[in-house]
Amino acid sequence: MTSVELDSVSHWYGNVVAVNDITMTIGPGVTGLLGPNGAGKSTLLHMIGGFLEPSRGRLTVGGSPSWRNPDIYRQIGIITERDSAYGFLAGAEFVRATARLQGCPDPAAAARRAIGLVDMVGPMNRRISTYSKGMRQRIRVAAALVHDPEILLLDEPFNGMDPRQRLHMMDLLGRLGAQGRTIVFSSHILEEVEQLSGTIQVMVAGRLAASGDFRAIRRLMTSRPHVFVVRSGDDRRLGAALIGRPAVNGVELTPKGLQVRASDYGAFSADIAGLARDEGIRLRELLPADESLESVFAYLVTS
Amino acid sequence: MPVYNRTVAAITLRAALGRKRALLFAVPPLILIGVSALLRLSHPADPAWPARILGDFGFSVVLPLTALIIGTSVLGAEIEDGTIVQLLATPVPRRTIILTKFVIATAATMVFAAVPELVAGLIATGGATRLAVGLFVGALAGAVIYNALFVCLSVATTRALALGLFYVLLWEGVLANFVGGARILSAGHYALALANAVARDPALKPGVNLTTSVVMGAIVTVLALAVAVRKLASFSLRGDAA
Repeated sequence: MTSVELDSVSHWYGNVVAVNDITMTIGPGVTGLLGPNGAGKSTLLHMIGGFLEPSRGRLTVGGSPSWRNPDIYRQIGIITERDSAYGFLAGAEFVRATARLQGCPDPAAAARRAIGLVDMVGPMNRRISTYSKGMRQRIRVAAALVHDPEILLLDEPFNGMDPRQRLHMMDLLGRLGAQGRTIVFSSHILEEVEQLSGTIQVMVAGRLAASGDFRAIRRLMTSRPHVFVVRSGDDRRLGAALIGRPAVNGVELTPKGLQVRASDYGAFSADIAGLARDEGIRLRELLPADESLESVFAYLVTS
Repeated sequence: MPVYNRTVAAITLRAALGRKRALLFAVPPLILIGVSALLRLSHPADPAWPARILGDFGFSVVLPLTALIIGTSVLGAEIEDGTIVQLLATPVPRRTIILTKFVIATAATMVFAAVPELVAGLIATGGATRLAVGLFVGALAGAVIYNALFVCLSVATTRALALGLFYVLLWEGVLANFVGGARILSAGHYALALANAVARDPALKPGVNLTTSVVMGAIVTVLALAVAVRKLASFSLRGDAA
C-alpha cells in the first residue's frame, strides 16, 4: 500500500505563506481536497507531486521524498490544473509517448488500456488541439494512468467538463479508488467532493481546517449559524412565528424583507416551509445572505 | 544512464519544427547567403571580404541568433506553455532530457547556420577553399557552445530570448569585437579560432588561440549543461498564485 505522509509541511512564496504546517496521512481510496480558491490546494498537490519543495516539514510518498526524485513518478500520475498537452500530437500518440517515457514494456497496449479507461477510443487519432477542454482533460488522465500508478493526483479535474463527462470521470476515479489506489483530487466545489470522496481534507488560507469523514464535516457545515433574507405575504406575522422556533436566534423587519439569524442552517432550511404553510403565509423568497463558500470555510476554521 | 531518449527527441523535433517560429530559423542564414551572393557579384575592393563577412557577421550574429532561436525553443517553449510537466512527470533522468534537447538544438543549428555558412563560403570564395571548410568547422563547434548556453538560459530564466538577444548583440556583437579582454569569454571567438585553425586566413582574426578556444569552449559547454540539468531537476510549479 502506498501512502502519502505529510509532517508539519509548510510552503511560502517570499513572505506569503501558501501552506501552513499541514500534517496528514493520505491512504488508499479517494480523498478530496476541498477549499476556496487560493487556499493552498494546488501548492499542496504540487509538493506531493514533486513539483515544489516544502519550505519546511517532511513529505514522503511511499516512504521516499518526492522532491528532486524522478523515480517517484513510477508510482505517481499527476494532472495539473493548467490545461497543458502537446496540441500537435494525436491523443493516442501522446498517451503512447508517455507510456514509452514511463518505460512501459508494451507502450501500445498500455496506451490502449488507458485510453479505454477514459472513454476516448473514438477521438484518439485526432490531434489534441482539436479536442474540447473535457476531452483534453480525459486524454491527460489517460496519460497519467498509462503506467498504472498507485497514486493519482488531480488538481481541479472537473473544471471545464460537461455534466456527463463529470459523471464519467467521477465514476472512473471512484473505481480506481475502490481498487485500492490512492486518489487525491482538489476542488472548490462542495458537491463534487461530496459525491466522490468519503474522506476529505478541508483547506482554508493554507491551513487544514477540517479533516476526516465527509458526513461529519457536512454536519458541521450545515449546523453553522446563518443569515437569511425572507420575503413573504405577511413578513410581520411570519417574523413573530419564526422567533418562537428553536433554530432561530433573531428576526429583524427591514424594508427588503425579514432578516433572520438562524443558529442552525440545516434545521432552519428544513423548518421554514412547514411553518409558513401552517401559518397560512405565502413565502415569496428565501435567500441565504452570505452563502459564499468562503463564509462556510471561514466558519469551519473558527469552529 | 542514457544520454539520449528517442521519445523526448521525437516530441522536441515535432514541437520545434511544427511551430510557426520554425520559419524564423531560416531568416538569418538566408540573409547571410544573400549578402554573400550580392557581394560576390559586386566584386568588392577588399579581397579579404569573405573572411570578414562570414567570420565577423556570420560568427557573431547569424550563428548565435540562429542558435538563440532554436536553443531557447527546444525547452523554453515547453516551459512557457506548461507542457514540460508531461515530460517531467516521468522517471526519465533530467540529465537525459537536457542532453537530448541539446543534441536536437545543436543538430538543428548545424543545419540552419553551419551548412549555410558553408554554402555562403562556397559562393564567396568560389569553391571548396580552406576558408569555406574552416568556416564550416568553426560554425559546427559554435553551434555546440551556443546551444549549451541557450538551453541553460531557457531553464534558468523565463526571459531567455530577451536575455539571450542582449548577450548576442552586446557581448558577442560589440564587446567581443572591440574589447580585447572580452574575447577570452566569447563563444564567437572560440568558433573563429577553430575556423582559423583550418583556414589559416589572417583576416579571420580570432581573439584567442586554438588551445584556449578548445579548452574554454569545452568548459563553457559542460558547465552550462550541468547548470541546466541542476535547474531542471528543481523545476517548480507555482500554485495558488500568491
